[in-house]
Amino acid sequence: MKTATETRNYWLLVALGGLVTAIGLGAAHFMELHGHIVTGMNNQVVWGLPHVFAIFMIVAASGVLNVASIGSVFGQPVYKPRAPLSGLLCVALLAGGLMVLMLDLGRPERLVVAATHYNFTSVFAWNVILYSGMVAIVAVYLWTIFERRFNRYTKAAGLAALVWRFVLTTGTGSIFGFLVARQAYESALLAPLFIVLSFGWGLAVFLVVQAVMYGWNELLLKPEIQRRLARLLGIFIAASLYLVAVYHLTNLYFARQEAFEAFILLGRNGGGVYPLLFWGGYVAVGSVLPLVLLFHPKFGDGRSTLVAAAGVIAGAFAWLYVFIIGGQAFPLEIFPGHVVRSSFADGAVDHYVPSLPELLLGVGGLGVAFVMTVVGVRVLDFLPRDDAAKA
Amino acid sequence: MLQRLLMLGLLTAGLAHGGEAPGRTPRPVVEPATAGTQCVAPPEVMRRNHMDFLKHQRDDTVHGGIRGAKFSLKACIDCHANQKTQSVAQEATNFCVSCHAYAAVKIDCFECHTSKARTVAQGAPK
Amino acid sequence: MSRRGFLGVAAAAIGGVMLAPGIQLIEIAQAAAGSGPTPGANPKVRWGMLIDTTKCEPGCNDCVTACNTENGLDPKPTPTSSQWIRKVEIKEIRTGRASSVPVMCQHCAEPPCVDVCPTGASFKRADGIVLVDRHTCIGCRYCVMACPYKARSFVHEPLTEQVPDVPRGKGCVESCTLCVHRIDKGEKTTACAEACSKAGHGAIVFGDLNDPDSEISRRVREIQTTQLRADLKLDPGVRYHGI
Repeated sequence: MKTATETRNYWLLVALGGLVTAIGLGAAHFMELHGHIVTGMNNQVVWGLPHVFAIFMIVAASGVLNVASIGSVFGQPVYKPRAPLSGLLCVALLAGGLMVLMLDLGRPERLVVAATHYNFTSVFAWNVILYSGMVAIVAVYLWTIFERRFNRYTKAAGLAALVWRFVLTTGTGSIFGFLVARQAYESALLAPLFIVLSFGWGLAVFLVVQAVMYGWNELLLKPEIQRRLARLLGIFIAASLYLVAVYHLTNLYFARQEAFEAFILLGRNGGGVYPLLFWGGYVAVGSVLPLVLLFHPKFGDGRSTLVAAAGVIAGAFAWLYVFIIGGQAFPLEIFPGHVVRSSFADGAVDHYVPSLPELLLGVGGLGVAFVMTVVGVRVLDFLPRDDAAKA
Repeated sequence: MLQRLLMLGLLTAGLAHGGEAPGRTPRPVVEPATAGTQCVAPPEVMRRNHMDFLKHQRDDTVHGGIRGAKFSLKACIDCHANQKTQSVAQEATNFCVSCHAYAAVKIDCFECHTSKARTVAQGAPK
Repeated sequence: MSRRGFLGVAAAAIGGVMLAPGIQLIEIAQAAAGSGPTPGANPKVRWGMLIDTTKCEPGCNDCVTACNTENGLDPKPTPTSSQWIRKVEIKEIRTGRASSVPVMCQHCAEPPCVDVCPTGASFKRADGIVLVDRHTCIGCRYCVMACPYKARSFVHEPLTEQVPDVPRGKGCVESCTLCVHRIDKGEKTTACAEACSKAGHGAIVFGDLNDPDSEISRRVREIQTTQLRADLKLDPGVRYHGI
């Protein structure tokens, strides 16, 4: 039975999330009306801050379903009660990320064209099917969990969701991996890298949401469950760090990649903000600090885990900013071995500065995910119930 | 049974009279085209099908490189451009806009295509 | 007649009534096709360009100006303006040798921009010209990310005063079309090549690479030419001499 205070708080949260979403939609309308000239993007950096938000949400959406997979497919009992919330977060994040991506298009009103004209050599075209299919599969999966007589199909649905999201995240990584032209991308490693990143980012989002919900509802998470989830996050962070290290080390080995790596890692040639975000954001705040908080015997409690998860999310945004925008800011090498100059900024590093409409649109996507989660948890039985005692 | 027959009768009557009743419904004021010219198809055919003709021909032009076929947009504009504005979409009374505003069907053709006749548009020989 | 028989006859009659207008339309369409339009893209042809950079002066912008005028582009470009062709001043780091190179869409035989376009708006025509169908372009800019030559531009603001032969608008991506509107009407060359030869430099030659007797084919047989980023094996239709 919900108290009056709980109901009021619920509507306040929905109103807040709705406001953030509405502002994001307004920003998108502003961008569509005036064109992308009102953003910080230009012909050198064509994918800006909205893409950072969108790709984070999409990758995290895939990864957050990991919790459900470990429960349903691999049969770990502690994760099973968490499967519904994991599924809800997957759909919510996917919706938010896709909204941002679609509203950032040059012609968002042509969505019907995108849905009816397919060029199947394009990963983007595959993604239209993969992302919408993901929502459908997760919906079916949740249905098998909620409908008691379908519980015997949960494992199969969970397996389908697992396979589908592996293909989806491989596709997301391949968006960049297939680009032979750009020194930051053109690597087969990006597909598995994105999969491992999705594990860490998804679990981090799950832990933050779970901690907030438990705190809000005055529930207690059993320490052994909390420690188990914390250890898992630590493993994912370490695996991600490993793959990012391999990616950069390999690039450093190739003479033709040296200038690009120096730009990103050392800030040579005007790469100022990128080493700061990479080393300070992703490596320090996003990887090393969380690893300490999760594994050091002095920490390892609920609060440390929450801070670690938040750090991972911050590190994710930092890494994506360096990856997506740094990869575009560094000039294309059309004439190797030459210094070049032109009216089209050939050979010049672009100094992209994100604009307010872009930020508002990105945050608006987070708002959509937030509203969907809040409403979902209120309306249906998504909150994990593992005999949790009141605090 | 009688009720059903009555409804059917009213419906039929309504449909039959829908296209008539002059003076009761506002009509778009469609500007005449350049004097002495003949459209490539009768007005009734064009009114219903111009979007399909244009859509089919644009694929032939863009993908096939076939220019100057029967339903060329540039040719439409040349004939239908308003004498004063030399455009089919610049003002609310110009040819395309007058009908489309009436029918509340937004067109985005002129976000890319110039609405001006070839004699006065950008790049016209002086 | 049984009920089944009656229904069968009625279905056939309705089918006939519905098909008849369609058959009529097909007749009209066939009649329309033969009335004076251009022949269209010829798959036997491969349009290409040969650019002799030894004839390019560092300060000269004749090709760029001609392209801007022909296609209605911004004569004074900003970082958000479309540039379909630009002069790139290059200098080899080790030797110090400098060149001036006009760079535009290379019209690759294996275009990465075509591979990545989700809607198929970026496409290669039968005669080798790589174009953007702006009716289908949703403005995702994936092709801009994919192009190794920075050939593509995104239109960042609403446009007016377009050239009738070159429709272009906000939210779509565009690049050099090898003056497809001229070529389709039977003109023999692009605006940039024409301007360059009219000015007396003669650095740009446009022609059919598949025709062994065309001027461009003869010249690429005689002199040494390179393709930009040939290592990517995209087989561009634009070749350069002197770099």
